[in-house]
Amino acid sequence: MYVDLMQLKGWLIKMATTNILIVGVGGQGTLLTSRIIGNLAMDLGYDVKMSEVHGMSQRGGSVVTHVKFGDKVFSPLIEIGTADIIIAFEQLEALRWSHYLSDTGTIIVNEQKIAPLPVILGNEQYPTDVIDKVKDRSFKCIAIDALKIARNLGNDRVLNTVLLGVLAKQLEMPVEGWLDAVEENVPPKTIAINKRAFKEGYNQ
Amino acid sequence: MKELLLGNEAIARGAYEAGVKVATAYPGTPSTEITECIAKHDDIYAEWSPNEKVALEVAIGSAIGGGRAIVSMKHVGLNVAADPLFTVAYTGINAGLVIVVADDPGMHSSQNEQNTRYYGKAANIPILEPSDSQEAKDFVILAFDISEEYDTPVIIRMTTRVSHSQSIVEICKPQGQKLKEYKKDISKYVMMPAMAKARHIIVEDRMNRLADDSNNMSINEVETNDRSVGIITSGISYQYVKEVLPNASILKLGMVYPFPDRLIREFASTVDRLYVVEELEPFIEEHVKSMGIETASDNLFSIQGELSGNTIYSKITGKQPNVKSAANVPGRPPVLCPGCPHRGVYYMIKKLRLHAAGDIGCYTLGALPPLEGIDTCICMGASIGMVHGIEKARGRDDTKSWIGVIGDSTFIHSGITGLIDIVYNKGISTVAILDNSTTGMTGHQDHPATGKTIKGEPAPVLNLVELISAIGIEHIEVVDPYDITKVETVLKKEVERDEPSVIIFSRPCALLTKEKSRPFAVDKSKCRHCNMCMDLACPAITRDENTISIDKTLCNGCGVCADVCRFNAIERLVD
Repeated sequence: MYVDLMQLKGWLIKMATTNILIVGVGGQGTLLTSRIIGNLAMDLGYDVKMSEVHGMSQRGGSVVTHVKFGDKVFSPLIEIGTADIIIAFEQLEALRWSHYLSDTGTIIVNEQKIAPLPVILGNEQYPTDVIDKVKDRSFKCIAIDALKIARNLGNDRVLNTVLLGVLAKQLEMPVEGWLDAVEENVPPKTIAINKRAFKEGYNQ
Repeated sequence: MKELLLGNEAIARGAYEAGVKVATAYPGTPSTEITECIAKHDDIYAEWSPNEKVALEVAIGSAIGGGRAIVSMKHVGLNVAADPLFTVAYTGINAGLVIVVADDPGMHSSQNEQNTRYYGKAANIPILEPSDSQEAKDFVILAFDISEEYDTPVIIRMTTRVSHSQSIVEICKPQGQKLKEYKKDISKYVMMPAMAKARHIIVEDRMNRLADDSNNMSINEVETNDRSVGIITSGISYQYVKEVLPNASILKLGMVYPFPDRLIREFASTVDRLYVVEELEPFIEEHVKSMGIETASDNLFSIQGELSGNTIYSKITGKQPNVKSAANVPGRPPVLCPGCPHRGVYYMIKKLRLHAAGDIGCYTLGALPPLEGIDTCICMGASIGMVHGIEKARGRDDTKSWIGVIGDSTFIHSGITGLIDIVYNKGISTVAILDNSTTGMTGHQDHPATGKTIKGEPAPVLNLVELISAIGIEHIEVVDPYDITKVETVLKKEVERDEPSVIIFSRPCALLTKEKSRPFAVDKSKCRHCNMCMDLACPAITRDENTISIDKTLCNGCGVCADVCRFNAIERLVD
């Protein structure tokens, strides 16, 4: 089962620790994404640490999950300026957390917009040209309408697996190990659609 | 076998491997998952207790009765449980007793950032501090051994970043613990003055032995490296230090109270500059300085908030890490969910220009604009006592513009006694119980009025109306909070009364209701842009330039917005 994972390990070993920051809006399903990545890295024999947000922020607030893996990981938190990859589930959140990206980092942005309360109330404007601003602040930016892809597949909630597919492609690795990890971590009834979502993201 | 576990899950695993018989808790971020995970083990009795004091008392009963017990709470929960805490330190235990307390530096989901370490010192109870999930599990097992060896309760202090970070844990087989024999011993377990005086001598002796032995405990560990910088640290701060100052020499304290003085003195003498790196108040630092040892970290770190690797690096090296500044973007505070049953009540409190003494839960979010439905939030249950105090200070007429607002779980936790006070002392306050049939903010835990135990088994349902009636409240109304008109008339009627009253706004949390009603939409030809619906702060309703619209994927069909619209411009969508 993990034949391809050994190739993946060969790639991963080139890096000290890999730091992946996952940001979004409470309720978007960021936790599942981090758990799939974390479990995959652990199965490969790497030390893994992840940090999550529970409690009040989950009520529609800005949420962030840190995922770090490597030979030895100490702090579970990614420091500002040291994220290798940021996966942003929402445009504004991409911009909010963009200073966490390293000088050579990649940011993957779901183009979805969710207005925060100050914007809903008309006290502030949702910024314009957010994707362009994120591009200006990052070494590499991949923008994708993951919600549309998920919706076309028939379930909005698999947008996180679409984004996971985009991430897997950035790690330039064969899909099989990832697909096993997806299968192990999603509800049994949704395995098929999540696998399709992963492949859609991977093939973007 | 290895597993990725949250710090809280690792605590639960440790409890299982240590052969715990009884596990208790009241939910509270960041501690909640501990007891949720323990409850999955069929052979451990687990419960949601009505509050932390009861939870600790149940655990003490188990421990003195001969079964290992673990009780978990957030930092402010320990204030509630402080009464039994200070005296169980005198009685000691029989089987092991471990008290897990999760602090929240940075206040991710709390009303203060108090430091549990001071409780250990004040109550004469040893405190262990894990720095990752493996340690969380190992320290639980060690804590039970220390508890039984020294006949003392042991506190394990977690923080948000340890509780809610996942790291790899080696899974082992459970030890299997037999019930210990129970022997009646009133000199040990009945704390009346004569016995307590004798026990206090034992407490002092025990803490002296523990302090002495802590110099040889393997969890207090020296890592010798470059001797120009030595750092004493513990918990999550240790991980930050290892990340940014890998060459520093370190004394890592796994037990932060009592202190290993000999170890500290030896470590201090081998390094050129000594720093103490810890979050919140300088608990370790104060002790080190009291020993006459000079530190370079005096007033170096703030007592507020969390540390980070970057902060530690820049404070100790004097070099600023090369970091980008954050983009300037609108904030995204948490909000009440679409369909939240609290929304209409707050809308009406504001419309009627009432003041409200509030309480702890999701409904605290109702303080923020535009709902602005509560004036105060202090602690669990405070709303009821406070509204009574406001009446007694300001007089009855003024009280008619005030109500108390409290959730169902919070009312059971510590609101009942406040209500008894109002009746007994002839108050006239009105209390609104926002009954959403769950403990909402912490992620939907059951409580005595939900009809289910922590294990999902059916349980007797606490009848709030009968309870409140038995307290002596004669005017009790039960209102569906989606029925805005009724909310308004009942609120108006009850605050005017010259007798105490309770309104129970009863409707399950919108996140618990799987079936949504048909969503609503704005009829743009009828909308006059008066913005009345915007005052509900519903995440499903947005305004773009001059157009107000409802996101039908977010709308849960509660219909409160349609009821507040004066122009009938909001209508339910039909198939």
